[in-house]
Amino acid sequence: MTATQAVEIIREHCEVEPTLEGGLVTIRMSTERWLAVARVVRDRLGCHYFNWLSAVDWKDKGLEVICRLENLDHGLAVLLRCQLSPGQSHCPTLTGLFRGANWMERECYDLLGVTFDGHPDLRRILLSEDWEGHPLRKDYAVDMPFTPYR
Amino acid sequence: MEVKRPLPQIPSPVWSEVKDLQEWEKYHQARADNDKTSEALASIADAIHHMPGGWIVTTTTDKIFNWARKSSIWPVTFGLACCAIEMMATFASRFDVERFGMVPWASPRHSDLMIVSGTVTIKMAPMLKRIYDQMPDPKWVVSMGSCANSGGPFRHGYHVVKGVDRVVPVDVYVPGCPPTPDSLMFGLLKLQDKVAEFQKTGTRPAPAPEG
Repeated sequence: MTATQAVEIIREHCEVEPTLEGGLVTIRMSTERWLAVARVVRDRLGCHYFNWLSAVDWKDKGLEVICRLENLDHGLAVLLRCQLSPGQSHCPTLTGLFRGANWMERECYDLLGVTFDGHPDLRRILLSEDWEGHPLRKDYAVDMPFTPYR
Repeated sequence: MEVKRPLPQIPSPVWSEVKDLQEWEKYHQARADNDKTSEALASIADAIHHMPGGWIVTTTTDKIFNWARKSSIWPVTFGLACCAIEMMATFASRFDVERFGMVPWASPRHSDLMIVSGTVTIKMAPMLKRIYDQMPDPKWVVSMGSCANSGGPFRHGYHVVKGVDRVVPVDVYVPGCPPTPDSLMFGLLKLQDKVAEFQKTGTRPAPAPEG
């Protein structure tokens, strides 16, 4: 399966418009289609390899959750980009589709404060549990006082 | 034919042969040229007296204890980051700090020195403090590398303690990123100089955390 065929399949099964950037199939969507598109990419395109999940803080435009799924047999990579509306930090979880999403979503919640609805164990994974704020947000003050060592 | 220079022979003084106190004092200070024993002892002794029948060393308890302390500083094995690689190289055979009596020891209960080798994160700081508290007094801390000194390149990060001296009292700061084994050895020798002048015994008060 080539990337061009993958674009056709996605266009057929989902109401989204994928773009082809190099060899990378990129799909931009909102939170409503997040789970459905991920399911199609997994089942129809055979992208069973959950590579990574992260997020970007675009300041006024809001957060964007990004996830890369791959089909290792065909060398196919799909990038899912989910734009959250400004001021919103809720996103459906992918843990029902990929078990590997568990810790990646915890990390994303820890550092960027994206709340993944339906996640079985949404706790901080890197920082201590009494940490205040999410440090990779753009509005996080670096010199924010944190007792007792700052 | 090789002619060997005769070694100077200083006769042992006998009190009955000595006329007055000044002459007795002269015998005190005279030492043979090939005398290795008293040379080694001279570094720790205030005075070495040649009494009839043997050597007598007089010193102070502080000096002899500090000499013992600085000759067997055991650093606790505590590597935090990339500086720990240089610290391991310092402990290994090429640079070999064991000739200074330093043995990396894997227990804080038996150690005198903590080499903070690397970045101290806010999450790690309580553990570092705990290991420091487990060490028996007297104890010393060497802050190794820019990160431990001041936070280094991560100073403006959200997660790094801006200098380990905000957690434990530091005796010697070794600059470098990372410091070479030579730098660390220089720092350890500086620490030995400091230990030789150590006077206070008992516990030191821990720094009160700010804020």
